[in-house]
Amino acid sequence: MGGGGTIEWAKLCAMRNWFVIFTVLCIAGCGSTWNDPYPASDRDKSILYLAFTERPRHLDPARSYSEDEASINAQIYEPPLQYHYLKRPYTLVPLTAAAVPRPKYYDEQNRLLPQDADAKSIAYSLYEIRLKPGIHYQPHPAFARDENGKLLYQNLTRKDLESIDDLADFRKTGTRELLASDYVYEIKRLADPRIQSPIAGLMSEYILGFREFSQRLQKDPAADLSKCEMSGVEARDRYTYTIKVRGKYPQFVYWLAMSFFAPLPPEVDHFYSQPGMAGKNLVLDWHPVGTGPYMLTENNPNSRMVLMRNPNFHSETYPSSGMPGDEAVLKDAGKTLPFIDQVVFSREKESIPYWNKFLQGYYDVSGITSDNFDQAIMMSVQGEAQVSKDMARQGIELKTSVAPSIRYMAFNMLDPVVGGNSRRARLLRQAVSIALDFEENISIFANGRGIPAQGPLPPGIFGYHSGRDGINPVVYDWADGEAKRKSIMEAKKLLADAGYPDGRDSETGKPLVLYLDSTGRGADDKTRFDWYRKEFARINIQLEVRATDYNRFQEKIRKGSAQIFTWGWNADYPDPENFLFLLYGPQGKVEYGGENSANYDNPEYDRLFEKMKNMENSPERQAVIDRMVAILREDSPWMWGFYPKDYQLNHVWLSNLKPNQMARNNVKYLRIDAKLRDRMRREWNRPVLWPLAFAIMGLGLIVVPALRYYRRREEGRAK
Amino acid sequence: MIAYLIRRLLYAVPILVGVNLLTFALFFVVNTPDDMARIQLGIKRVTPDAIHNWKVAHGYDKPLFFNPGESGSNFFTDTIFFEKSVPMFRFEFGRSDDGRDIAQEIESRAGPSLEIALPVFLIGMMTNVSFALMMAFFRATLVDVWGVVMCVAAMSISGLFYIIGGQFLVAKLWHWVPISGFEAGASSLKFVILPVVIGVASGLGSGARWYRTIFLEEIGRDYVRTAKAKGISEIRVLFHHVLRNGLIPILTGAVVVIPSLFMGSLIMESFFGIPGLGSYTLDAINSQDFAIVRSMVFIGSVLYIIGLMLTDISYTLADPRIRLQ
Repeated sequence: MGGGGTIEWAKLCAMRNWFVIFTVLCIAGCGSTWNDPYPASDRDKSILYLAFTERPRHLDPARSYSEDEASINAQIYEPPLQYHYLKRPYTLVPLTAAAVPRPKYYDEQNRLLPQDADAKSIAYSLYEIRLKPGIHYQPHPAFARDENGKLLYQNLTRKDLESIDDLADFRKTGTRELLASDYVYEIKRLADPRIQSPIAGLMSEYILGFREFSQRLQKDPAADLSKCEMSGVEARDRYTYTIKVRGKYPQFVYWLAMSFFAPLPPEVDHFYSQPGMAGKNLVLDWHPVGTGPYMLTENNPNSRMVLMRNPNFHSETYPSSGMPGDEAVLKDAGKTLPFIDQVVFSREKESIPYWNKFLQGYYDVSGITSDNFDQAIMMSVQGEAQVSKDMARQGIELKTSVAPSIRYMAFNMLDPVVGGNSRRARLLRQAVSIALDFEENISIFANGRGIPAQGPLPPGIFGYHSGRDGINPVVYDWADGEAKRKSIMEAKKLLADAGYPDGRDSETGKPLVLYLDSTGRGADDKTRFDWYRKEFARINIQLEVRATDYNRFQEKIRKGSAQIFTWGWNADYPDPENFLFLLYGPQGKVEYGGENSANYDNPEYDRLFEKMKNMENSPERQAVIDRMVAILREDSPWMWGFYPKDYQLNHVWLSNLKPNQMARNNVKYLRIDAKLRDRMRREWNRPVLWPLAFAIMGLGLIVVPALRYYRRREEGRAK
Repeated sequence: MIAYLIRRLLYAVPILVGVNLLTFALFFVVNTPDDMARIQLGIKRVTPDAIHNWKVAHGYDKPLFFNPGESGSNFFTDTIFFEKSVPMFRFEFGRSDDGRDIAQEIESRAGPSLEIALPVFLIGMMTNVSFALMMAFFRATLVDVWGVVMCVAAMSISGLFYIIGGQFLVAKLWHWVPISGFEAGASSLKFVILPVVIGVASGLGSGARWYRTIFLEEIGRDYVRTAKAKGISEIRVLFHHVLRNGLIPILTGAVVVIPSLFMGSLIMESFFGIPGLGSYTLDAINSQDFAIVRSMVFIGSVLYIIGLMLTDISYTLADPRIRLQ
């Protein structure tokens, strides 16, 4: 018995020795940083490391419409126009086009009209887009040709596809020049019901022949798009195409800066449409093909997506002018783009690992969540946000910008209590608008990242006024050089004038109960709801929160059965029309299924909107907008809420970063100092070894007495 | 045994049909095809035409269970339920509502899930058994008392705390491993060490305590006293006799989960950036992707049935007295 125990003791000692040796070998073999999530060979390369939270659903330019998708697609696809990277207000400049097109106007008899022609006389606007020659697509098997010039991979059989699992399995790639017909082809794809483009409905109202083309494809889904004609779109020659837009629609030019209007070569569409490709997930929706500075070389939306520099990218240079104060981002003026060779997007579903990896230097850019806000940001004496001392010590920089978007609370104008054009309902809405203190809301729920809204138009959009001229006189007074929310007494007075003194209906004596419809049912939402209740209670209104799931909430909005609800809008393009249409009567959600979720309907406002939308930016247009905003403030269909402010942190080794809320193709302008990044990462991520030593010692302290006890027991006498 | 297994397989068919029926009913109580279309098409500028086109393209333009417009067998077959269910029994899962091939997606995600779940299962099982045997060995001593106290304390702590605490200490403060991320192949080691350690540690309390109870019950039996009287070492008694006789209850809980291991862990994979199957179903529910939801529920049911059958088989291996008839 004793002999057996000695052998086991020796075995255990040997195991312990092996464990120590293994640990030491691990430590010796791991280099200076153990926690680097990227391959060691990439350390000094010009690679931009970014994170994404939501996996992109669509990378087909005709379908993609979300921010996450745009951050990838915009680096690959090139529409004819883009936004100037540095200039504000946002300005369109050519990308693949030779110039920003100016529309020509024609009447019903196809006669050319002058530029200042009355909008009613314009039958259609003609946009002629001329492309820069010599632009080529990224290398791709769809363009590969054999010795005879015949496309290699356009008639693949199932047998051919047996050995193909990825695009990299195609041995040959090719390229070809960008043609005007590729843009035409993409516009036809927008109309294809099989593609289900989110802007098909909108474009069918504007592009001539779009709706008919769509109807034809509905009847004949197998039709070859390149052989079907759409009357309003035409490739005039190799580099020129035209688009006919119904009536006058000056905002159409902004759509030409979105990836919906990027080129798509028919042979690429055909390549991906071959039988068997979809079963291998080789579809255009996941493998974009473009002329942009980068091409997608790895697509695993569950883990990471990698963009590599497109070797065929055309010549484009860094902007040589910007705004005053842009000196720091103009050091590369005139230099050839892009500066970065590779972009790695890693998926981070949780904010904690994302934030910590940013602090360790493994992401170059990060946003700030509410949880990290106090760690990252402190307010200066002047009330300006700046990075905390710890962040500043790491060289982290803060960039802030006001997003071209608005978060608001809407009254359903069809509701019998808060809606309608009666004086009673209007005064009630005004009283509630005063009582709901959005300054406090921004401070509590957004860490101060927002500007209280004075109307529907955010800063940076034509029509917006700052300072005294811009305040909403229904809710604010101008005092001591700033906008001051009216007192709660004034709100109560308005409420009494509306027939609800002390929050009771003067006719029935019953307390006034209003209903907030919301999708939020989490712990954070409860805090928010409590705050809303408290604010309404300041004017003695009882607020009932009707929390529901997303589908039922949407249904209530569609059917007009909600009373008060929170909503938001991110601009498609930087034009006031893209905000003011949200309150245009014919956009009413219930009656027309449009984007006017408040179902606001004011004939004067609608008339002014129809006039304003066709005007060029001018003092006249400003006057019309001012009148429209004044009507809205008086009617108060929305509590204007706030314009969100984006806070973005970046490390010191990333340069040329200037927030651009409209453009998403900004990676090409960025520059990385990879050597500095590597040095700082090493400095910040030295392994801390003492816990390992303690753990080994602790293990020894447990194991050795236990083994001694075991030996004693084994060798002791039986009791 | 073969007859028994065939009978169990036949029982599985109505179970799977029932599970599928329930999935359909529950999903469509909460979501209508119009809701699904709206989610897939995005919030902005969704027109009724676009919704109709989406439903036609994805086969959701038909009645759910019965088609009053059809007669004969088409009354049942020309429905969403029939058209979406039958291919699943052929293990054809089709494409998700965002266009990805579901079978390929499962295939690509199962590997990373297994890289975490399998070591956690095996190492966790060994650790739990070893720790439980140690407590049984040191029974009625301070080691046993403190072991139980530690187990209860470990059970009382949320799994999320282990993950966040582990990431904070090991990855953020001590810089030993990456906080999150994943790479295929040998490079995955540095990414999976921490989640595996955390997975094992978080399961140790409940596992070891449960096994300790089993082993203590066995240790009090006559055969153990007999073995000891014969002069067999304590270690040998524990590992060769007590462990073997305590296997039946251990197998009941353990074998049934083996086939489901590749389904992954939701929280673990989310925090560690593991591109596994853990969140696949939940993401699908959030995005109202019914194609994925029904496929994953179906696969989960099949695996559970397989797990139960494996458990039965394992009983016969662990205890020769058991016969499957």
